[in-house]
Amino acid sequence: MADRQYELVYILPPDTTEQQVTELHGQVEAVVTRMNGQIATTENWGRKRLAYEIGHNKEGFYVLQVINGSGELMKELDRRLKVMDIVIRHMVVRVDEEKKVVERTGTKRRTESERRRVKRGLPPQRQPGEGRPAGEPDEGEDDRFDGVEV
Amino acid sequence: MPFGQGRSGGGGGGGRGSSRDKKPGDKEKGQRRTLFRRRKVCKFCADKIDDINYKDVKLIGPFVPERGKILPRRISGTCAMHQRKLQTAIKRARQIALIPYVTD
Repeated sequence: MADRQYELVYILPPDTTEQQVTELHGQVEAVVTRMNGQIATTENWGRKRLAYEIGHNKEGFYVLQVINGSGELMKELDRRLKVMDIVIRHMVVRVDEEKKVVERTGTKRRTESERRRVKRGLPPQRQPGEGRPAGEPDEGEDDRFDGVEV
Repeated sequence: MPFGQGRSGGGGGGGRGSSRDKKPGDKEKGQRRTLFRRRKVCKFCADKIDDINYKDVKLIGPFVPERGKILPRRISGTCAMHQRKLQTAIKRARQIALIPYVTD
């Protein structure tokens, strides 16, 4: 079966040392490679303010990893992260299917607009300076949040 | 002004401007109509955003008011599909403490 793609986010307390971080990375990597997966990317978001306190921590050190692998791998990883004291919060999200859907709608929109433009006798791509300039709000911003009706 | 009529125009959340214009007896309201323009558009459809990601706090932020609740569709004007995606994104963002569950 084709590999699935997952995103793993975990939060470490702000006072963790470099050594602890690398140690944890090593452990995660070991599990991933042992179960025939691979880490596609690792992203450090750095220190961030938490929206709410987690175990008396007001700040956290965020790490995001994109992992290709099987469901069993993520299950095992999830189990291990739950046990670790150093990780104050973690979350695993499957992303491959959503990504596919997003891609499909994107290409569909593009081809559709190209088809319509060609039909109108225009070049398929939008020319510079054509249409409404981006970033300019269309007449009045009170379209939303006008809640109460008189 | 017939109160019930005014509500039926916008209460459903859609509030088509055009159908309102054609209504007979709408003339005397001509002045007031500008007061409550309600042409709500889904932000994500308008900006052609397909991917509502939980990591993108800037995108989600406006749909989570101070209290921390998810802004209902009837107020924000988001379409059903995007509201659904927004919902999962907000719930995920809450889990990893990017967005609060509650604030008081």
